[in-house]
Amino acid sequence: MTTARGPRTDWLSLLFAALGGVVLLFIIAPLASLCLSCSLPELAETAREPEVQASISLTLWTSMAATVLFAIAAIPFAYLLARKDFPLKGLVLGIIDLPIVIPHVAAGLALLTVVSRGTVLGQAAGKMGISFIGNSLAIMLAMAFVSVPFLINSARHGFEAVPERLERAAMSLGASPLRVFLTVSVPLAARPIISGMIMMWARGMSEFGAVMIIAYHPMVTPVLIFERFSAFGLKYAQTVAVLFMAVCLIFFVVLRLLAGGRKDAQR
Amino acid sequence: MLSVKRISKTYPGFGIKDVSFDVQPGEYFVLLGRTGVGKSVLLEIIAGLTRPDSGAVLLDGRDITHEKMQNRRISLVFQSSALFPHMSVYDNLAYPLRWCGKTRSQVDQQVAKLAEDFAISHLLEARPQRLSGGESQRVSLARAVASEPRCLLLDEPLSSLDASSRSEIRALLRKISVNGQLILHVTHDYTEAVSLSTHIAVMEDGGIAQIGTVEEIFQHPKSQFIARFVGIRNFFKGRLETPEAQGTSLKHFATDGLSFAILTDGPAGPGSVMVRSEDVTITNAASPTSARNNFVGPIADIAPVGGGVEVIVDIGQGKSLEIAALITNEAVSALELRCGKQVWVTFKAAAVKFIEE
Repeated sequence: MTTARGPRTDWLSLLFAALGGVVLLFIIAPLASLCLSCSLPELAETAREPEVQASISLTLWTSMAATVLFAIAAIPFAYLLARKDFPLKGLVLGIIDLPIVIPHVAAGLALLTVVSRGTVLGQAAGKMGISFIGNSLAIMLAMAFVSVPFLINSARHGFEAVPERLERAAMSLGASPLRVFLTVSVPLAARPIISGMIMMWARGMSEFGAVMIIAYHPMVTPVLIFERFSAFGLKYAQTVAVLFMAVCLIFFVVLRLLAGGRKDAQR
Repeated sequence: MLSVKRISKTYPGFGIKDVSFDVQPGEYFVLLGRTGVGKSVLLEIIAGLTRPDSGAVLLDGRDITHEKMQNRRISLVFQSSALFPHMSVYDNLAYPLRWCGKTRSQVDQQVAKLAEDFAISHLLEARPQRLSGGESQRVSLARAVASEPRCLLLDEPLSSLDASSRSEIRALLRKISVNGQLILHVTHDYTEAVSLSTHIAVMEDGGIAQIGTVEEIFQHPKSQFIARFVGIRNFFKGRLETPEAQGTSLKHFATDGLSFAILTDGPAGPGSVMVRSEDVTITNAASPTSARNNFVGPIADIAPVGGGVEVIVDIGQGKSLEIAALITNEAVSALELRCGKQVWVTFKAAAVKFIEE
């Protein structure tokens, strides 16, 4: 029986592998072509440009700060979503996914209608000397708006996988709900939370549409790449693009490795 | 003392109704009932995980029905390990001791003492994932005791253990109980109840069907249901004697002046024996048989039970030791059985089940 079925399965696997190869190639080919199209001296020269350096460091720190700041609210919220049922929970979950499905330029416009100087919020903030437009704060808002769903969803799945039995046991040992959350739930969901934060950070860093609307200046790297492309053409844009990709990749791999090292936290 | 007073809780198609009982210090109280009868709901209510629709839970005279779970000082031990997998055994034991103003060295000392009492000193550095079932249940108990609970709730604590860890944990539970710890132990396994409890409450259809000592429950089950559920009508406490010859499994069990032959590998010492009424045969005269247990006595009662007749024979020779046999209607008429008639009761040594204490 196995010999009769064996070859057929193999053909199917081969077909699937071939299809997979096409998809992989589709991802790798443009990236490889982009990287190969610029030489190392060109890259080194670009890396020395103050404008590029400032832009990459701005992008890195704003995306990280946005992730960390919003994590403070998003992680407890994810816990609530994982543990409690409440009316219209489905609607709330849908709202969380909205930033992923709407066009990001539209997201930027939407943000603008709330925080621009003419709005109630904008005026109130303006009185305190805070502006949400055209500065790093605005960049963080735009990044967080489009990327926070990744953190909330990942953390929610993480918390759902923590056995409630453990939380109950901790409570019965006299621990307060806050202590249970901090010492049992969060450590046990650490891996999904961290991977959600990495996703949020990576997504925020690569954001162009929403950021461009609300803060064209100071320029984050995706905006800089677009600016150079539209003003000077492909050749000037691609070295920045490759450099930025390399930096992102290094951070991404390092963070993944660090997060992977915390295997103990999971069951 | 833990008092449960007229607790009711209704879920769609299921619930518990008017449940009341008291657990006194020094008792080992077992709540016995089939799976799905509402035992877990009751435990959740006592622990504070679920609010009852009506009724009250009192602990040492204080109403704790609406007290927050973390303030009740009632510790739970579950069937499967609820040890924190991201902490070492040491940190698990220290968990209830931390965040309450104790210094590091005080915590250290208390953990060391607990570890010694529960024979887990060698495991302190280990991760819970590496522990065997018996070890992790020992650590769970130690952790529960560390929180100095006013009441310990045990939810099927032995169910997922192998036979040898089971007897080890039973010994530990007995020790904890003797130290004066208030215990409520929930199980569906009557052997567990017999082996550990001083008092049993049998739960049936979301309510308490009977409360009493082990002997009362097994020898005088109040309802068909209890008799059926525990499955055993013939229950005797006594002592398993050391066999004269080495290496034989045929031993003698002494109870109230009578001695039963019993086939067991159990260790000599105090315990209980059980004989299913289905395994007891009734004859009008002694006849040669392979069965090692033959007793004579008058019939005390003949009562129809679902699908057969239960014949109670007093084999105590004036001391009132009753044994029940489940036989058919046809057998009753063929043997002309009636109350007061002298008959022989017979059962095999292999039909006697011994449960060590």
